[in-house]
Amino acid sequence: MSATPGKNHAPACSIQGVSRAFKLAGKPVQALDQVSAQVAHGAVTGLVGPDAAGKTTLMRLAVGLLLPDEGSISVLGVEVGQDPQRVQALVGYMPQRFGLYEDLTVKENLDLYADLRDLAPEDRPPRYAELLGMTGMEPFQDRLAGALSGGMKQKLGLACALVKPTEMLILDEPTVGVDPVSRRELWEIVYRLVESEGLSVLLSTSYLDEAERCQEVVLLHQGKVLGQGAPGEFSRRMRGKSFLVKSGQNNRRRLQSLLARGPGVVDSVIQGDGVRLVMDKAAPPDLSGLGDAMTGLQVREEEPRFEDGFLALMGGRRHESQEPELQLIQRGAEASKARDTVIEVEELTKRFGEFVAVDRISFQVKRGEVFGLLGANGAGKSTTFRMLCGLLPPSQGRLRVAGWDLRRAPARARASIGYMAQRFSLYGQLSVRDNLSFFASAYGLGGERRRRMIAWALDEFGLAEVAEAPSAELPLGFKQRLAMAAALMHGPEILFLDEPTSGVDPLARRDFWRRINALAEQKVTVLITTHHLEEAEYCDRMVVMDRGQILARGTPHEMKSRWVTPENPNPSMEDAFIALLEEHRAPKEAA
Amino acid sequence: MTPESHLKLRRFSWRRLKGLWRKEMLQVVRDPSSIAIAFVMPLILLLLFGYAVSLDAKDVPLALVVEEPSAVSAAFTAGFEASPYFESRRAATIQEAEEMMRLGQVEGIVWLKSDFDSKLFSGEQAPIAVITNGVDANTARIVEGYVQGAWQRWLEDYAQSQGRELALPVEVEERVWFNAEVRSRNFLVPGLIAVIMTLIGALLTAMVVAREWERGTMEALMVTPVTVREILLGKLVPYFILGMGGMALSVAMAVLFFEVPLRGSLWVLSGAAALFMFTALGMGLLISTLARNQFVAAQVAIITTFLPAFMLSGFIFNIGSMPEVVQFITRFIAARYFVSILQSVFLAGDVWSILWHNALALAVMGALFLLLVAKKTKKRLD
Amino acid sequence: MRAMLHRVWALMLKEFLALLKDRRSRTVLIVPPLFQLMVFGYAATFDLNQVPYALYNQDAGLASRELVSYFDGSRNFRQVANLNSQERIGPMVRDGQVLMALVIHPHFSKDLLSGRPGRVQVIVDGRNSNTALVLLGYVQSVVNAFSRDWARENGGGALPAELEIRAWFNPNLESRWFIVPGIAGLLTLVVSLLVTSLSVAREREAGTFDQLLVTPLRPVEILLGKALPGMVIGFAEATAIIVAGTLWFDVPLLGSLPALYLGLFLFLLSALGVGLMISSFSATQQQSLLGTFLFMVPAVILSGFATPIANMPPAVQTMTLANPMRYFLVVVRKVFLEGAGMDVLWGQYWPMAVIGLTTLAAAGILFRHRMQ
Repeated sequence: MSATPGKNHAPACSIQGVSRAFKLAGKPVQALDQVSAQVAHGAVTGLVGPDAAGKTTLMRLAVGLLLPDEGSISVLGVEVGQDPQRVQALVGYMPQRFGLYEDLTVKENLDLYADLRDLAPEDRPPRYAELLGMTGMEPFQDRLAGALSGGMKQKLGLACALVKPTEMLILDEPTVGVDPVSRRELWEIVYRLVESEGLSVLLSTSYLDEAERCQEVVLLHQGKVLGQGAPGEFSRRMRGKSFLVKSGQNNRRRLQSLLARGPGVVDSVIQGDGVRLVMDKAAPPDLSGLGDAMTGLQVREEEPRFEDGFLALMGGRRHESQEPELQLIQRGAEASKARDTVIEVEELTKRFGEFVAVDRISFQVKRGEVFGLLGANGAGKSTTFRMLCGLLPPSQGRLRVAGWDLRRAPARARASIGYMAQRFSLYGQLSVRDNLSFFASAYGLGGERRRRMIAWALDEFGLAEVAEAPSAELPLGFKQRLAMAAALMHGPEILFLDEPTSGVDPLARRDFWRRINALAEQKVTVLITTHHLEEAEYCDRMVVMDRGQILARGTPHEMKSRWVTPENPNPSMEDAFIALLEEHRAPKEAA
Repeated sequence: MTPESHLKLRRFSWRRLKGLWRKEMLQVVRDPSSIAIAFVMPLILLLLFGYAVSLDAKDVPLALVVEEPSAVSAAFTAGFEASPYFESRRAATIQEAEEMMRLGQVEGIVWLKSDFDSKLFSGEQAPIAVITNGVDANTARIVEGYVQGAWQRWLEDYAQSQGRELALPVEVEERVWFNAEVRSRNFLVPGLIAVIMTLIGALLTAMVVAREWERGTMEALMVTPVTVREILLGKLVPYFILGMGGMALSVAMAVLFFEVPLRGSLWVLSGAAALFMFTALGMGLLISTLARNQFVAAQVAIITTFLPAFMLSGFIFNIGSMPEVVQFITRFIAARYFVSILQSVFLAGDVWSILWHNALALAVMGALFLLLVAKKTKKRLD
Repeated sequence: MRAMLHRVWALMLKEFLALLKDRRSRTVLIVPPLFQLMVFGYAATFDLNQVPYALYNQDAGLASRELVSYFDGSRNFRQVANLNSQERIGPMVRDGQVLMALVIHPHFSKDLLSGRPGRVQVIVDGRNSNTALVLLGYVQSVVNAFSRDWARENGGGALPAELEIRAWFNPNLESRWFIVPGIAGLLTLVVSLLVTSLSVAREREAGTFDQLLVTPLRPVEILLGKALPGMVIGFAEATAIIVAGTLWFDVPLLGSLPALYLGLFLFLLSALGVGLMISSFSATQQQSLLGTFLFMVPAVILSGFATPIANMPPAVQTMTLANPMRYFLVVVRKVFLEGAGMDVLWGQYWPMAVIGLTTLAAAGILFRHRMQ
């Protein structure tokens, strides 16, 4: 396959002492600082790190889209700085958002990239057949790329990057905004290519379960390499430090917030009906400080995960955001109207022409619940959301939010909800402070109260240092926090969050969920869609949607328990989700 | 498969370029707005303006005040009443006529005072007062010209009726070359083509680069071996073809529909049009490349294309009469050169002395725009 | 009510920031209109100055030289060539070196002295027919002046009747007086469109429009919040143009300022309404841009800014009734030059108000439209 046998063991890409700085709001920011790393030949190397770690910058440097201030990168033996065009000819690259022309069909996109990569016409039919077969896209060749679901776009993006056989593939956050089924398929494709074509792959991800699937991981944080090695090495260091605390009562959220404050606790997440802890030392957590409220707790040692090692490495560095508890939430007079069911949906249907996006769904959400809306891309989650928020008229059915149909509700009804749209829509030209100030005023906050809320939001969401920066220039994690702060300025009763953690790193996701939990404790109702199935664990109840219909509903425990088998006695949320979708889709596809 | 490390890297590849062309053409076909810009816009605008824009005053409302009607005054006013340029109405008194003018009902007043006849017969010079509405100075001047014409004809007739020759000391023989009937449409339609094509060139390309930046496809393009030159040609050529299609349509309409004579040769016209199209597209690409954001690109396109082309190209306002500084500024308006070429090629023929320096200016501007675009389009993100 | 004002105020501030925070956007909004006012104020004139002409004088007499001195004495003409053959005229006119050739016949002086009309031929470049007409007018008046003086000095018979021409409102027929107030309308229109026509589409593409719709802001409030910055910027720029027009270009401002500003207010209302309507109708900024041009270009050309509406065919004249700029141009010119007050302008005010309210209402209704 590859050129000379001797080359087989040389690294596919070698990065030596690379530094690169940018300007953010006029201030220089060191995106990469003396980074050195290797990408092994014929293996999958993951570039892992929190938001703003410099992952995208590093990838862009590797393909010659940026020049380093210092240091050098060589890819497949070519110095990038000297001959970027040659590197670009050698390497397949998929940028974030996949780089597809949405007004071209699948086939036309492939043709374009085949032309651009100088693939001879006679080599195309077999290569197309191979790629389309591998990605399962043969039936969709003539569909416009814009009409594909997120998962299919991702696969098409991959096919375009691979249209000419290459030795190296670089993927920038290939799984952001993509549902778990498609993610699993992408990994299968990547590994098949590594095995059959000896491909070297460099990909960045913020999903730590994916880091675990890499053969090697480069951990990047604030522009510096924290470590490089097999993912197992990171988790091995954590042996004896991971525990699961189980409680018999249904109070895991309370338990988690208490445990998180315990001494030596690096990380705590809700898992099943217990709380998973990572300690800084190999010793079980000290439960004595919990008081009498928590009784009957069981502690069990857990197999360490990559995530644990990651958090331990990061943990010491992010103490300041350990405990973001929302204190200041204020609510309008409406809140006092004790209504137990705040969201009611009955036989809700939405059609776009012939296409039924949402098909007679019904569910109810109670006050103070965290309610998840799960499903693959194109399942109808966002459409449902938009109808609930009054942005889209339903074709049929009934819906009530806080007793109102928001589409016809008076302004003050809308004041009781907060909405955080996909992509964290903010006014990019406006500074963080101006954005907050605008949303506060739009919700009728004025004078002293607005000033106090802005100060609170800047402080609470760690935005004070970037208060004057235009929001468009912020890293994704900051945008997410700002979007959430903006949605909370008026202390809403109900919060709608549409994929609020898409593309956001695990640390930021933890902060985010701590805030959500704190809100739920204060009886704020939260409706959320997500692709991170481990986050589904944090919901009180959820529905799983596919093709506009509700497939299943219940608590996380109920969702998983259906899929307990002798081979898999402890199925994860993702196992359950995929099994459910397969069960639902199988008969249709056979037909 | 060839070993990749031995890959022959082409710095220019027809395959890549053709791939880009095909992509751009497909996008044009899928998004009908480009087609609408190239073909529907010139059609509508030219039709509308070809009819609407006219400086030839016709049926100018005019008030005639004859304080003491007589045979002589009747002969005088008959001239106005028969003229196609005027739509005259009678007013009993000058006050009434002035009121009509104040209300905008008439554009001018011709006033024969009560002593007109007596002075005429007594051999004194009989005064005829003419009042025009000077707000629109141009129309007022044209009205004055028409009134003078009517007055001279009447003088001749009057002299004849008196049995003597009119002895005007100087007789002016007027000849208008290239446009004997002085039809304003003949010069406005070619000018309009230049203005419309400026808009179309900018509209076609102003958004296309910014759009690729915003959608993230530019990044994907840049990591393929495609070169800057190929990206630019890939953008330029498809829209050039589209723009030339629109141009051909406009020229055909001018000749067949508005009956503007085309005295020059078609190939000279095509050559000049091609040069202009390059310049206009180059300007659009430059806007798009510099802005990298559709909002700013659109704002710049609105403000820098239409009004300057409308006001400073010589399409309506004569460049030679502008102050030196402004004349200098017009040198940066590509439409200026094209207007000049079009008016000559349509009405006068292939006048090389006019053609070559305007064409040269267009070529220099186009090259400059494209050079700037090429310089600003790096295969880098910073 | 106070809550509403509060929200509108917030939205307005946000719009201002969104427009003015970005340096390029700010520049585009402020610099080009003022620059264009100066340039266009000078450029846009139908008056001809220093028209280059070629002289071919076949007559050696005194009278012909006197006639030429009348031409050279006028600031409208500039002699650039003194030819000695008929053949050279053709190329000079064709190549655009001169706009006119003045040919004086061989016996001009002799004819004049012997009481016969002296003959003069004028050849004019008709490629720009308007220039040609204006030029012929100038020639006529120069020749008339010469004739009159010649007749007086040489005792020839006076003409039986003489025209006394006066032009009201603009005695010297300076077309700048006509054009500069028109530029106020032109640039105000462009600026209002710049501010509004992309604003909704831009928020749609960025996804922030949804955020706006879920806040307690009502469609009316969104309309107000989006229109007010345009109003403020429009008022400011129009005022700058009016000041520059009177002080710099010396255009007389005879009428009442309240009448002018009422017209400006209604004009801005209708222009902003059209801009917002285009914007809320478009799904993308590309479509907004197309819409803006499709409105702006006809609005300017069919407004009577450069070519009179009265010259248009009846069908097109009917179309201009929907063009707010047509009314504003009448208002601004009547106030400036004719000294009009509100009493004679109602006929211009109400159509603008109707257009403004209709388009704003349409924009408000379209806000929720085009949602997928």
